[in-house]
Amino acid sequence: MQITVNGQTHDLVVKDNTLLIEVIRDQLQLTGTHSGCDTTQCGCCTVLMDQVAVKSCTILARQAQGTSIQTIEGLAQNDHLHPVQEAFSEEHGLQCGYCTPGMIMSTVHLLQRYPAPTDEQIQEGLAGNICRCTGYVNIIKAVKSAAKKIQEAKA
Amino acid sequence: MNTFQYHLVGNTKSAKDTFKGHENAKLLSGGMTLLPSMKHGLIAPDHLIDVSRISDLQVLEETAEHLSIGAAIKHDTVAMSTMVQKAIPGLAYLASQIGDPQVRARGTIGGSIANNDPAADYPAAALALKATIVTDQRNISAEDFFTGFYSTALEDGEVITQVKFCKPIQSAYAKYKQMASGYALAGVFIAVFPQQEIRVAVTGVGAGVFRWLEAEQAFLSGQTKPELQRDDLMSDLHASSAYRVNMAQVLFNQAAQSIHNHSS
Repeated sequence: MQITVNGQTHDLVVKDNTLLIEVIRDQLQLTGTHSGCDTTQCGCCTVLMDQVAVKSCTILARQAQGTSIQTIEGLAQNDHLHPVQEAFSEEHGLQCGYCTPGMIMSTVHLLQRYPAPTDEQIQEGLAGNICRCTGYVNIIKAVKSAAKKIQEAKA
Repeated sequence: MNTFQYHLVGNTKSAKDTFKGHENAKLLSGGMTLLPSMKHGLIAPDHLIDVSRISDLQVLEETAEHLSIGAAIKHDTVAMSTMVQKAIPGLAYLASQIGDPQVRARGTIGGSIANNDPAADYPAAALALKATIVTDQRNISAEDFFTGFYSTALEDGEVITQVKFCKPIQSAYAKYKQMASGYALAGVFIAVFPQQEIRVAVTGVGAGVFRWLEAEQAFLSGQTKPELQRDDLMSDLHASSAYRVNMAQVLFNQAAQSIHNHSS
């Protein structure tokens, strides 16, 4: 099957019961995407599939054939962190960091839809991502800061 | 997960032929329930037939009296569609309350209706909005389609192509979420049709979605505590049946209030 990950197209041989996350982590060795609960709850495994946030633990690799996937590794450009990554770092939007790749990918999608999100839109938009350290206050701060950074960069 | 053979099909005929040609096959759409169920070992199909890319299943269209949504249309698409928001606001809102953003990005209306989880949201809308479930074989009214606990009138290999909703004058959905799963601990959909025809459907409270006739009367008379008595009330670790009945009454009033607010 063919799949594009972070702009690079791969021809891969996969078993029919291989999950998208297994292709990303095991075959392509992109281990920034984490497997948390493996039951579609925690959102650690969130990646963008054709620019939409999805949980890669609950998609068969074969279902993703022909799509374009972006993982956390695909965000930084020329050694410059993505504004959402910068904001999470500056606002201490992570503690142990395990949920962070998923939080960031969901935030990228959220900010595409709502460039200046309200608290409610952030809470709704990140409802599929769980932080076991419960660092939500700073995560919400980071999302707002990222929104500002992106808008300033556009202005 | 068990091993199986994956089949991507391009039309409903091919889905049906593939299904008939293999033992122990399941249709796959968004996979938001099917894949977790397979991971848990609850089911172990030998063949998965992916219908999610069939173009006939991607319809989203409106006529004077109906709104038709293709079976493979995702919850997020319904929630964000201005056509749905204008034609049946209660339905767009309902779709926005399913699961979480990533689940709404994958899960489909056809999958939800076919699975008929007793706490799923879409069955309530289908029943209240007098929907017709259109399959590759026939049209089935929502009343006949939902036949109880995780069961429907679908035959093996029958493919839902679209869900055709009657457009009401007004609609509202109120839901109390089970916090961990996002499923409805109770959910009440009210639809108002011409000539004071009211339809109220309830999910999460019984063994399957049902019409709440007392609430339909109560909506017209202004009574706020319609009776709810059934033999199949659900009771589990999340909530007792008495709690669910009470929540249904609360949610009925919320939904009714939202309709009254919009009409005044």
